[in-house]
Amino acid sequence: MQTVFSIAVDALAYGMVLFVISIGLSVTMGLMRVVNLAHGGFAMIGGYIASYVARDLALGYGLALIAAVVFTILIAIPIERLLYRRIYGQPELTQVLMTIGITFCIIGIANFVMGPTLKTIPLAPSLQGSADLGFRTIPIHRLFAIACGLAVALGLWYAIEKTNFGIKLRASVDNAAMAAALGVRTEIVYAVSFAAAVGLAAFGGVVGSEFLPVEPYYALRYMVTFLVVVSVGGAGSIPGALAACLLLGAIDTTGRYLMPEFGEFFFYLAVIAIICVFPSGLAGRAK
Amino acid sequence: MTEKTNSTLAAGAATTRSRLRAGFIKRDLYGFAAIVIVAAAGYVLFPDNLALLTRIIAIALLVLSLDLVTGYCGVATLGQAALFGSGAYAAGILSAHYGINDPLLMTLGGIFAGAVAGLICGIVMLRAHGLPQLVLSIALVYLFHEFANKASSWTGGSDGLSGIVLDPLFGLYEFDLFGHTAYFFGVVLLLIVFTLLRIVVRSPFGMLCRGIKEDPVRIRALGASPHKAVIKMYIISGAVAGTGGALSAISTQVVALDALSFTQSAEALVMLVLGGTGSLFGALVGTVIFMLFEDFVSAANPFHWLTMVGALLIVVVLFAPKGIFGTVQDLLSVRKNTTGETRP
Amino acid sequence: MSAVFEVINLKKAFGGLVVTNDVSLSMVAGDRVALIGPNGAGKTTFVNLVTGALKPSSGEVRLRNEPVTRIGPTGRVQRGLVRSFQVTRLFQDMTPAEHVGLAVLQRTGKSAELHGNFLTRPAVMEEVYDLLERLGLYSLAHRKVREIAYGQQRLLELAIALALKPSVLLLDEPAAGVPQSDTGRIEEALANLPADLAVVMIEHDMDLVFRFAKRVVVLAAGTIIFDGLPADVTKDARVREAYLGSYANAGLNA
Repeated sequence: MQTVFSIAVDALAYGMVLFVISIGLSVTMGLMRVVNLAHGGFAMIGGYIASYVARDLALGYGLALIAAVVFTILIAIPIERLLYRRIYGQPELTQVLMTIGITFCIIGIANFVMGPTLKTIPLAPSLQGSADLGFRTIPIHRLFAIACGLAVALGLWYAIEKTNFGIKLRASVDNAAMAAALGVRTEIVYAVSFAAAVGLAAFGGVVGSEFLPVEPYYALRYMVTFLVVVSVGGAGSIPGALAACLLLGAIDTTGRYLMPEFGEFFFYLAVIAIICVFPSGLAGRAK
Repeated sequence: MTEKTNSTLAAGAATTRSRLRAGFIKRDLYGFAAIVIVAAAGYVLFPDNLALLTRIIAIALLVLSLDLVTGYCGVATLGQAALFGSGAYAAGILSAHYGINDPLLMTLGGIFAGAVAGLICGIVMLRAHGLPQLVLSIALVYLFHEFANKASSWTGGSDGLSGIVLDPLFGLYEFDLFGHTAYFFGVVLLLIVFTLLRIVVRSPFGMLCRGIKEDPVRIRALGASPHKAVIKMYIISGAVAGTGGALSAISTQVVALDALSFTQSAEALVMLVLGGTGSLFGALVGTVIFMLFEDFVSAANPFHWLTMVGALLIVVVLFAPKGIFGTVQDLLSVRKNTTGETRP
Repeated sequence: MSAVFEVINLKKAFGGLVVTNDVSLSMVAGDRVALIGPNGAGKTTFVNLVTGALKPSSGEVRLRNEPVTRIGPTGRVQRGLVRSFQVTRLFQDMTPAEHVGLAVLQRTGKSAELHGNFLTRPAVMEEVYDLLERLGLYSLAHRKVREIAYGQQRLLELAIALALKPSVLLLDEPAAGVPQSDTGRIEEALANLPADLAVVMIEHDMDLVFRFAKRVVVLAAGTIIFDGLPADVTKDARVREAYLGSYANAGLNA
């Protein structure tokens, strides 16, 4: 029973972290049709910045979180301007190559600047320790990750369903040419969405550093996980991404607890099975 | 519409046909000669580094196999090493567990295992399109990797498969410590595979696949099934990748889990695109340049190597999207101002 | 004469929306039928149902007395039902000879062969050159498609379709997008189609319809409202109603 409970909490927290990082990728992929393999790289940059601010400068976890989001977006803007703009609308292979190239560069530079070792982000004192639920204790950080995931899901839902920008965003996802004809400045929608996606990745990279430790190969190691989430959920779908994260988080965590000797075998088997049954994702629209 | 008499029509057709065929054959002979010359030059220039040269040949076979599915059928995959690794493990296991030490039989085993892996991957990959398809390819190579890791009694797991022993080639040529025999074996394998593939890509089937890459709807309207054709190409591709895997197992006498890795798959794609897709020549050019470059640079610092590969990729995508071979070919054909003949 | 192509009570509904309603059509060898209808009449759906791209809700499609309703698009092509496209779908980097050669090889079951090429098959090449010559494309046989004019690409579409030796040919606006100066050649090619071939042409250009068709079928709101001689079509009250709406009488009587 205790194992089941720990697995459930870990799976939920892990799934939420995946969600926070991947949702930006899902939205930009649905919106701009860019297969962005470098998305994990931005989460990693966020993790490095937070580690530097919280550990080396000792400015605290909250400030580290904010700095990570802000500076990652600042780093991403020129990359978007100079490189991503050129591959919008290009064939998939071109996008894959360009973004793999960006990923390799991010890894190489991160290693050069920060060194090959694993970086920790010291948690705020209030997030350390465990919460006692009476029958069981849960590490507070897990609760924090779950809360962040829920907050992001709710915030995004509100932003997309209830705000003016959300209407423009949905229109652009649906039919970019039509939206542009109706006077939506799609390039601004794209730029804002890209910045938001990168910011969320950085946020997730910091919050999730307990699950996905920050080191130079982060960008490559978890690239697949994030892509899997998006394609299983269906690009551009928030409920789909949430469902995919919780499902895959559960499969992965259960596999690790119960059959660690099989590694991620069952995770990938599940991914293949899900995509074969739902080729356009859990919430994908049939083409 | 001018009416030509039947005899002039037939005569004109015959001359055009023989002219085009001569062009194809000339091109193949150039390719064949280029491989022989480069192989000989490598042997003369780097006599102490034949292991690297043999490895380049093994990887070249992997990249050629990738060109078949990506360059000719338009399927973007980041999991091609699954086919390569299957061939490598099959060849290795034949020797290490069954005592079949004949290099030719081991190669056949690799070809067969690669083809079976190609069939499996092809069937799975064609379930989806676009991003989900790409993710399927990645999931497949990880699945193969995890499976090989788990089946350590057969594969040696993360320690790698060792205990590969080799009989002399044809009972005559010992596999020596300096890798002479392995190198010659590899060069001959590459020449055979390259020649066969040139025939395949120019065949009716090759033409069908090029059509599928451009417009599967059109191909269906001709009454052909793109699905069947791509799976068939995947099997051929698997056989080629399996040959490369077997060569790598034979020449190094170990098989590491790396042979089945995502990184190996991604690097193969980089090499292919660096050289240029859809010509087979590009695959060879890209592999040789990438591997030599890697050998020089990564010896200094593996992390700088990664940055440079990344930058190289970005530059190729932005400035030479047809790859080195395609770009050079374009430059040459502009200068020659050719009459619009097509290349196969 | 027995029918080579029959559509029997074909019906297609998307949810509650009926887009093809109880359509029946029968054709014999040598028929020249023009299928016309106002925008949204369901012509595209009809083509998709007949070629197998869509599955009908009910009804049957028969080719030479064989029901093909459960056979996929490629199977129907292999049984002699061939279509052309409204917008050319050609391979930009291939030559007309390669296009037609591929079609001939496909028809003769050789498109999966792994050796040789069509250049080394004199019988195939003879057929290819013969077809290209008939359509006036011989001199372009080895040019890349991207280098030839759109009118010539439309002729190539026809050549590809003919190379498959169909018994029923569905032409989707064969002259669409072709400059006026080239339509003559397309009409000539249409007039020279094999006499025993059953042809359905979907067309908007009424001049072309009247010159080509021996029979006109009018589709409106998913049903056939007219099936008869070209001479009678403009006199039919329902056709006028469908095309001209409530202006029908006012407009044409004035």
